[in-house]
Amino acid sequence: MSNVKAVDDVTFSVNKGEIFTLAGESGCGKTTTGRLIVRLLKPTSGTVYFNGEDITKLEGEKLRLLRRKMQIIFQDPYASLNPRMRLGDAVGHPLEIHGLATGEEKQKLVLDVLDKVGLSPPEQFIDLFPHQLSGGQRQRAALARSIILKPEFIVADEPVSMIDVSLRTTIIDLMLGFRKELGLTYLFITHDLAVAKYISDRIAIMYLGKIIEMGSKERLFLNPMHPYTQALLSAIPVPDPKRRRKMIELKGEVPSAINIPSGCRFHPRCPYKKDECAEKEPRLIEVEKDHYVECSLY
Amino acid sequence: MSLLEVNSLTVDYPTSRGTVHAVEDVSFSLEKGETLGLAGESGSGKSTLGLSIIRLVPYPGVIVKGRIKIGETDILKLPEHGMLSIRGRRIAYVFQDPMTSLNPVKRIGAHFVELIRTHEPNTSREEAFQRAKDMLKNLGILPERINDYPHQFSGGMRQRIMIGLAIALNPDLVVADEPTTALDVIVQAKILDLLESLREIYGMALILISHDLSIILERCNKIIVMYAGHMVEYANSTELHKSPKHPYTQGLLQSIPNIELADQKLSAIPGSPPNMLDPPKGCRFWPRCPYAKKKCSSKEPPLIDVGNNHFVRCFLYSEKGANSE
Repeated sequence: MSNVKAVDDVTFSVNKGEIFTLAGESGCGKTTTGRLIVRLLKPTSGTVYFNGEDITKLEGEKLRLLRRKMQIIFQDPYASLNPRMRLGDAVGHPLEIHGLATGEEKQKLVLDVLDKVGLSPPEQFIDLFPHQLSGGQRQRAALARSIILKPEFIVADEPVSMIDVSLRTTIIDLMLGFRKELGLTYLFITHDLAVAKYISDRIAIMYLGKIIEMGSKERLFLNPMHPYTQALLSAIPVPDPKRRRKMIELKGEVPSAINIPSGCRFHPRCPYKKDECAEKEPRLIEVEKDHYVECSLY
Repeated sequence: MSLLEVNSLTVDYPTSRGTVHAVEDVSFSLEKGETLGLAGESGSGKSTLGLSIIRLVPYPGVIVKGRIKIGETDILKLPEHGMLSIRGRRIAYVFQDPMTSLNPVKRIGAHFVELIRTHEPNTSREEAFQRAKDMLKNLGILPERINDYPHQFSGGMRQRIMIGLAIALNPDLVVADEPTTALDVIVQAKILDLLESLREIYGMALILISHDLSIILERCNKIIVMYAGHMVEYANSTELHKSPKHPYTQGLLQSIPNIELADQKLSAIPGSPPNMLDPPKGCRFWPRCPYAKKKCSSKEPPLIDVGNNHFVRCFLYSEKGANSE
C-alpha cells in the first residue's frame, strides 16, 4: 500500500481582506488544501494558523467556535444543500447550531441575508426546497448560509464552475461585495484561470500536491515563470476569433499521485527539462518581489 | 446544396406538468468543412437541437415540425432502420461524458471493431483491428493500448477515444456536445486541437455545442446563440464578436473573463434563464433585457436579416441593418 501525498509541504499565508487563489488542474491538491484549512480534514503533519492561533489540533468546543469565523462554500450546489430542508431552515441552520438566534430574530436574519444574495423577495424563497431552485440560485443560497454568521474567512471551492457562464459574474460580484461589506478574507479555489485573474489579489499555482508558483495576480499573469504556469496560461481559450493563441505543448498528462515523478515532479512533461530535474527537487525561491517559483531554471 | 440544412425545427417535450417547447423554429445550414458553434446555457435547447439531427431526442421529446437534410437525404422522412446508416456513418456524435459512453466491459479495440464491422460488414476482424490501431496513433494514444479497458484511461484519453470512434468511418458531420466540459484546461485545449486537425485531414463539418462562449468564439466559423429554445442570433464568429446585436449575446460577451485583457470590467445579466414549462410571453428574454419595450412582452420577434449573413431575433432591429425607433 503506498501513500498518496495529496498535499505535500505546502506553505503560504493569506492576509486579512485579501482574496488568495489556489489554482490548478484536477488532482493538484487544491481542494484538499482548502478542506485542511477549515479542518474538514486533519493534516498528517504541518500547522495551520488562524489569527495567530494554531488551529491544527483543535477539537470539540474550541473547534466549534472556530467554525463561526471560518466558513466554506462548495462547488456543487446540487449536493451542498440538504434536499429535505427548506431554504429558510438551511440558511438559518448555522444560527441554531451556534445558539446565536432563534424564532423571529433568526427569521429576520435569514430574510436579510437571502435578500443580500439576490434571492428577492426573500419571503418567497424561504419555504422552497433546493430542487425548486436553479443551480445559480442554489449557489446564492449556499453563499447566504456561509455569511450568516458573519465569519472572517471563507474558503470558496470552485463556487462557480457548475454554474452557467452568464450567471458566474453575479455570484463573483456578490462575493466581492461581501468582502467590502463584511471585511471578509477569501481562499478561492479554481481551475479556471480566467476567473482567477478577475477575482484574485494573489495566486498560487499547484501541481501534484505542491505549490510551484505563487505571486500577485499582476506579476503571475504578466511574467509567468514556471513552465507549467506558462503552458496553463497558453491553453486558456480567449473569446476572440481573431486571437488564436499558440498553445505550449506539454508531453503526456498529469501523472497519478500514487506515482509521483522523482526530483521535480513536473520534469517528465517539461519542455526545458535538464538532467538535474529528475534527481533534485527544486526549492521555492523568491525571484522577484513577492513572486515565488519552484524550478531549477531560476 | 449545403451539407446540412435545418428548417424550422421545433422539438417539444410533453410532460404531465405541461409541454416544454425545447427548440422552436430553428433554421440554419452548414457547408462541408465548416464549424458551427451552438452556444447557450442550460435549458437553451442546444443539446436537444444536436440530438434532433440524429433523431436521438430522448423520450418524451418529439420533433413536431421542421426539416433536416444531410446532403440529399431528408432525415425526418427516413424510417428508423434508415437511421442506422446515418448514425455513426454520415453523422457522428461525441457525448459529454466519455465514461458512460464507452462500454466498461469491452476493450477499446472491441469498440472500434464493432463499429467498423457493423457499418462495413465485409471488413475482416484483422483489418478492422489494424484500422483501430492506426486511429489510436492519430489520437496520440499508444497503439498497444488497444487491448485496455476504458477505466484504464484518464478522462482526457477516453474523450479522445470517443472522438476516434466518431470519426472512424469518416462521417460528413460530427456533432460534439460539450466534449470538453469535464476536462482540465490543458487537456481541453489538446482535445479541441485534435478535433480541428482531424477535421482538416478528413474534411468533416463540425457542430460544437457548448455553454463556454470562449471556446465557441475561438474555434467556430459560424455561431448560433440559443436562448430558451429560440435561436436569438446567428452570424459568422468574427461578425458576432465584432458586432453582437442581440442584448443576450451582448450580455454574455460582457460577462466572460478574457485572460488577455487587463482590468476587465465584467457585468452580469440580471435574473436567470426562464422556467421552460412557463416561459415569458413574447420574447423569452424580455424580463432580463435592458432594452425591453411593451411590445416585447406580448409579441414574439421574428428573425431579422441585418445583412452580412447576420440574423437577430429582436425588435431593436429591422431588415438589412436599419435600426427601428
